[in-house]
Amino acid sequence: MNTSTLLAASGAVSGGEAVTFWILAPVALAGAIGMVAARNAVHSALWLVLTMLSLGVFYVLQAGPFIGMVQIIVYTGAIMMLFLFVLMLVGREASDSLIEVLRGQRIAAIGLGLGFAGLLGSGVYRATQGSIPVGLEQANSGGNVEGIARLLFTDYVFAFELTAALLITATIGGMILAHVERRKEDKRDQVATMKARFAPGNYPGPKPGPGVFATSSSVATPARLPDGRLSDRSTPDILPVRELTAEETTLKGTEK
Amino acid sequence: MISLAQPPSLSDFGHDPWWLILGKIVFAFVVALLGTLLGVWFERRVVGFMQVRPGPNQLGPFGLLQTLADGLKMAFKEDILPRSADKVVYFFAPAISVICAVTALSVIPFGPMVSVFGHQTPLQVTDVPVAVLVVLACSSMAVYGIVLAGWASGSTYPLLGGLRSAAQLISYEVALGLSIVAVFMLAGTMSTSEIVAAQGDGTQLSLFGFDIPAPGWYALLLFPSFIVFFISIVGETNRPPFDLPEAESELVAGFMTEYSSLKFALIMLSEYVAMVTMSAFTVTLFLGGWHAPWPITVWSGANSGWWPLLWFFGKVILLVFVFVWLRGTLPRLRYDQFMRLGWKVLIPISLVWIVILAGLRTIDDWDTQSRLYAIGVPAGLVLLAALFWPSRKSAPKPSLAEQVDNRPQGSFPLPPLDLQVPPSPRTRRMVAEREPANAPAGQDSEEV
Repeated sequence: MNTSTLLAASGAVSGGEAVTFWILAPVALAGAIGMVAARNAVHSALWLVLTMLSLGVFYVLQAGPFIGMVQIIVYTGAIMMLFLFVLMLVGREASDSLIEVLRGQRIAAIGLGLGFAGLLGSGVYRATQGSIPVGLEQANSGGNVEGIARLLFTDYVFAFELTAALLITATIGGMILAHVERRKEDKRDQVATMKARFAPGNYPGPKPGPGVFATSSSVATPARLPDGRLSDRSTPDILPVRELTAEETTLKGTEK
Repeated sequence: MISLAQPPSLSDFGHDPWWLILGKIVFAFVVALLGTLLGVWFERRVVGFMQVRPGPNQLGPFGLLQTLADGLKMAFKEDILPRSADKVVYFFAPAISVICAVTALSVIPFGPMVSVFGHQTPLQVTDVPVAVLVVLACSSMAVYGIVLAGWASGSTYPLLGGLRSAAQLISYEVALGLSIVAVFMLAGTMSTSEIVAAQGDGTQLSLFGFDIPAPGWYALLLFPSFIVFFISIVGETNRPPFDLPEAESELVAGFMTEYSSLKFALIMLSEYVAMVTMSAFTVTLFLGGWHAPWPITVWSGANSGWWPLLWFFGKVILLVFVFVWLRGTLPRLRYDQFMRLGWKVLIPISLVWIVILAGLRTIDDWDTQSRLYAIGVPAGLVLLAALFWPSRKSAPKPSLAEQVDNRPQGSFPLPPLDLQVPPSPRTRRMVAEREPANAPAGQDSEEV
């Protein structure tokens, strides 16, 4: 049995627990407020990380070391990291605009938020006032991790499996919707690419530049291949191939 | 309070006076810093040896002070803050990395119970029932330092490095966690000191009536988990061949491109501390922790007192050498190959191995006959399936001459396949017309 487990198990709030709570509770609140108030999306995510870390410490304080560490590993380490990943892909200049679409929306939101917090806080306070926490020692009697494991694998095994199946289904569904995989026979490997390159009808060398060995410097004049033929590939598709014939290039007797 | 001979358990923690706690914290911190100082030197010397060059050898004996000089030099360099950087996050990102890497050392058991000025105390800063998860949490938080450093620098290459790092962490943490599950199943605890204690007493295998002492180290008992775990921590610590967030041939220096001076030094520090921490973590989970390796165990005093510190750090240095060895040997993986290795190889192997291990644990307390059935029937089925699995017959490959003959009209001209240059007709005539030089000698030999 750990010291922190022992601290909380007695039911009374010990000195260390109170000090930690009163340091971290404002930090957690500041994180929550900062998350809403921050203009930059990544800053918002970082404020939320602060709140989640504080929550993790609270769990550890209240004799739940396992859930506290899992909170940090899963929520802070993996889920918020995914959030950050997406936000960084979106771009770092993606900040909120300051233009209010609905007039007075911000004032109303603050007022409603404060009212809701007051209602919730007073309700919870009145409900828990004077009640004495019991059963923590029994729950943690065989060790915190062992207790959770026993519950998960006996009473809640079906709910646990269902949740896992739901999450797996969601993941596979997301992958099927987003993932495009070409079939194996549609993929062209190195050998096939090289065979296609040297197949008759394809010129394996680099494309000639326009005007090479040409009789004029026009873009429309096709290049000549080494064997003397004209190359269609050297001119833009929208231009017709135009090589002047011998008749056209002879003097017409108009330039006296 | 238990005697010195027994390995410490969770109940031995939390009784130390304040000066002892402070001393242990300072000790762990010094281990981290010294690990960095010597680690950089060690890596440069070993890589130098592998590349047949001396490495740093000028400052101090064997160049030992080179890292110190480099650190001092970094402190006096100009600290550059890019104009497009996010200033607060840019400032905090290296600190997050360092803090997380050092914190993880606090739950690593360096040795058994020792006596310090009359106080009996375990050589470990602290231990909690979820100590292994503390290390995992620290390593997952350390990536924030890398990702935020990349994002806050405000330029493209660092951002790409940060993105790669985030994806890398998420992929490899799954395999890492799954490989540790096997250790939890065998040790029955998540506390590091108790995992080390569980590896101390070797299990007894009974074969044909003889009791054979089997090793207690999980690296041997759980070999697949050990391999998956080690590959994953190389990925987690961004070490070559998995150092994609800082791949210098692709991303300049990745997430730390824009960093300079002390902030850069902090990033370097966090990388090497993470390497030492993860090596110590591997030693704790799989290599018996501070327990002496086999030939030394003949001496009965090997696992008590201050000696285990020696075995522990010997194993850690050995693992750090493996890290350096990997860097000196293997080329960096391509990004998609790296992701495929994580998701399609390591995770399935871990899952199958855990299922097999759970099955073995379940039949552990059955009687011998049903145990033989439980192992033999599935093994036989797998063997039969492997034997009768229809092998994929590939079409016979046409020979080279057939391929050449089957080419369509107008194909590119090919050089002759036998690559024999036909002899020049002039050469043949000259040879034919030349008078044989040894004609008289031939007649002589005929007469004899």
